[in-house]
Amino acid sequence: MAIPEHRDADISSGSAEQFVIELCGVSRSFGGPGALERLGLGRGSPVIHAVRDVSFGLRQGEVLGIVGESGCGKSTLARMVAGILKPTAGEIRWHGKPLSSLRGREGKAARLKAQMVFQNPWSAMNPRLRAAEIVAEAPRIHGLIPRGEQDAYVAHHFLLAGLDPALGDRYPHQLSGGQRQRLVIARALAVVPEMLVCDEAVAALDVSIQAQILNMLMDLREKLDLTSMFISHDLGVIEHLSDRVVVMYLGRVVENAEVAELFERPNHPYTRALLEELPRIDGERRPFAAIEGELPSPLNPPPGCAFHPRCPFAMERCRREAPALLPVASGHLSACHLNDMA
Amino acid sequence: MHTAPAAARLVPVLTVEDLTTVFPTPRGLVKAVDGLSFSVGAGRVMGLVGESGSGKSVTGYSIMGLVEPPGHIAGGRILFAGRDLVRQSRTEMRSLRGRAIAMIFQDPAMTLNPVLRISTQMVEAIRAHEKIPRAEAWKRSRDALGLVGIPSPDERMSAYPHEFSGGMRQRVAIAIALLHRPSLIIADEPTTALDVTIQSQILARMQLLMKQYDMAMIWISHDLSVVSRLCDDIAVMYAGRLVETGLADRVIAHPRHPYTRGLIDSLPSRARRGERLRQIEGMMPEPLDLPEGCVFSNRCPRADAACRANPVMSVSTYGAWQWRCVHPLNEGPVHGHS
Ligand SMILES: Nc1ncnc2c1ncn2[C@@H]1O[C@H](COP(=O)(O)OP(=O)(O)OP(=O)(O)O)[C@@H](O)[C@H]1O
Ligand SMILES: Nc1ncnc2c1ncn2[C@@H]1O[C@H](COP(=O)(O)OP(=O)(O)OP(=O)(O)O)[C@@H](O)[C@H]1O
Ligand code: SF4
Ligand SMILES: [Mg+2]
Ligand SMILES: [Mg+2]
Repeated sequence: MAIPEHRDADISSGSAEQFVIELCGVSRSFGGPGALERLGLGRGSPVIHAVRDVSFGLRQGEVLGIVGESGCGKSTLARMVAGILKPTAGEIRWHGKPLSSLRGREGKAARLKAQMVFQNPWSAMNPRLRAAEIVAEAPRIHGLIPRGEQDAYVAHHFLLAGLDPALGDRYPHQLSGGQRQRLVIARALAVVPEMLVCDEAVAALDVSIQAQILNMLMDLREKLDLTSMFISHDLGVIEHLSDRVVVMYLGRVVENAEVAELFERPNHPYTRALLEELPRIDGERRPFAAIEGELPSPLNPPPGCAFHPRCPFAMERCRREAPALLPVASGHLSACHLNDMA
Repeated sequence: MHTAPAAARLVPVLTVEDLTTVFPTPRGLVKAVDGLSFSVGAGRVMGLVGESGSGKSVTGYSIMGLVEPPGHIAGGRILFAGRDLVRQSRTEMRSLRGRAIAMIFQDPAMTLNPVLRISTQMVEAIRAHEKIPRAEAWKRSRDALGLVGIPSPDERMSAYPHEFSGGMRQRVAIAIALLHRPSLIIADEPTTALDVTIQSQILARMQLLMKQYDMAMIWISHDLSVVSRLCDDIAVMYAGRLVETGLADRVIAHPRHPYTRGLIDSLPSRARRGERLRQIEGMMPEPLDLPEGCVFSNRCPRADAACRANPVMSVSTYGAWQWRCVHPLNEGPVHGHS
């Protein structure tokens, strides 16, 4: 498959070198015929197009927020950016070099520089290591800890993530859910990454600790110019933390804009529906309302615009033709046919 | 006079009295839950909130009889369906679990077996308590997946857990908990990975089921915006203890405990974009290292010598509203309270 050109180019208004990481037409699918099926033995599993033709770039020190419904491909995208999962099409560039071309030492360094905070802390940790060892392991192997200073190094990173260093001798199962989540954050910070990919990193945390962690991330960004990609279903968190926001729907980017622009002038009907649902605490008990219509399936994506079965503005054209992601204002991209009408 | 307690409060499905659950550790005895009391009525949702590590999950495990040894319940009673669960045998608890009481675990990995297909797990879960034909159990499972908003449920039945997204795994765990229409559901942060739209859809369906089957639910969550919309009652925990409880909308609108106030103030929606969020200063103390007097006194903006002196704090009451604080906020009759 040909690599589609990077549609974001007009936003970056500069060379690719400016980007810490850049995605060009990245896709990832799962399933399809496996080795056995290709030999004619057994059925293949259905093909799931988890991420389709995604392009964007992140500059040094930028925080990119990613939002979208459950199952729309956010974690799949995050794993590709962190170098844990290979795209099935398209290319990811790390400081201008294709990730796939970085091998050996260079590849390892790139993977270390982009650290991921996983959505599911449970499966991301070795249950047989104590908390302190989980944090110390990687930086020790990579020679980041000065001799004889392991305890202090670990304690420092525990505190950064809002964890009491006294918990260092616990095993993961002896920690509460939020303590485990912070342990994963401490582990990611301990290798002094250049980029942090946070997948629902604060979802399991109560608001006060969420606030601590978000404040800490904002400090780190100021101090270390840390670049991050922040996935969250919580629009409040995204609005608060991000410089730019990418909205995904069924594997595709439907809108990409600076945070103030997105929240003040959302363009895509899906984004607008999301913003209407923004939860507020007003002490009033209202029934829960949802975006109308069935959730789309990546096994069987609707033709045309994937959002059309649920879109209040859908027209005949939306059922036939997929809208392209095009600029609607300076630095603001959206994929909706309505923008052609004006 | 005070509003009469809602009728359901008079016939609670679950009553927890003075529950204390401990974990022996090399550094000493950790009291994860310390003298906790509350009750949940039929058809009602009780929101259990509190900072990370405050003892919410351990409370759930205690009710389920799933505290991991050497941890154990050191005192108190858990009354459910006319019996004290603390005194039930393992076999009795096993037959109650899943059928009469179900827990949606904070981590779906605790519900889902990674090496079995979703269909196998759900069908077995049904047949463990009900002798119905496989085909029927399969259909019911598929419908349950549809109910929690998994698209293409027929095809997805044969998938393995790792082929699902984080939020989809959470939804499968919810679907499994609902399979037997239990009379009590303990939902431990069940929608943390779900976006508002799907969350709303699931909560709307759960609210309907709760009414239909008169189920009671404990909703463990740190998300006060969900709690304020979903829950009838609220219980706020701090360092293993209950610090405030009452009707959810009242408590959230006019919290009396400074800790509850702090939780509400740190919501991101209360701050402006890019601004530092307000946070409760300091960390929750280690259970082994609690301050004298009020457990919140080392972080509380209102704390004074009186707070640090009182070793055991009395509970103040206003109708069904209770709080443990020497200097509560919003004192006096609350606006809108008849
Ligand atoms: N097996 C164990 N051994 C020792 N301590 C434990 C064990 N399980 C839990 N604890 C401790 O008990 C306290 C309460 O834990 P619990 O899991 O109930 O917290 P929680 O309120 O559910 O927090 P979170 O919101 O982070 O999930 C924590 O300090 C935790 O470290
Ligand atoms: N290893 C896999 N095998 C098969 N399908 C997969 C695999 N990983 C992800 N998928 C599918 O890809 C789609 C996107 O999943 P992904 O985990 O990226 O979603 P997400 O946006 O992170 O959702 P959530 O908010 O629920 O975590 C889902 O339909 C999921 O079932
Ligand atoms: S392209 Fe059509 S269906 Fe899609 S969001 Fe725009 S108006 Fe709605
Ligand atoms: Mg995910
Ligand atoms: Mg918990």
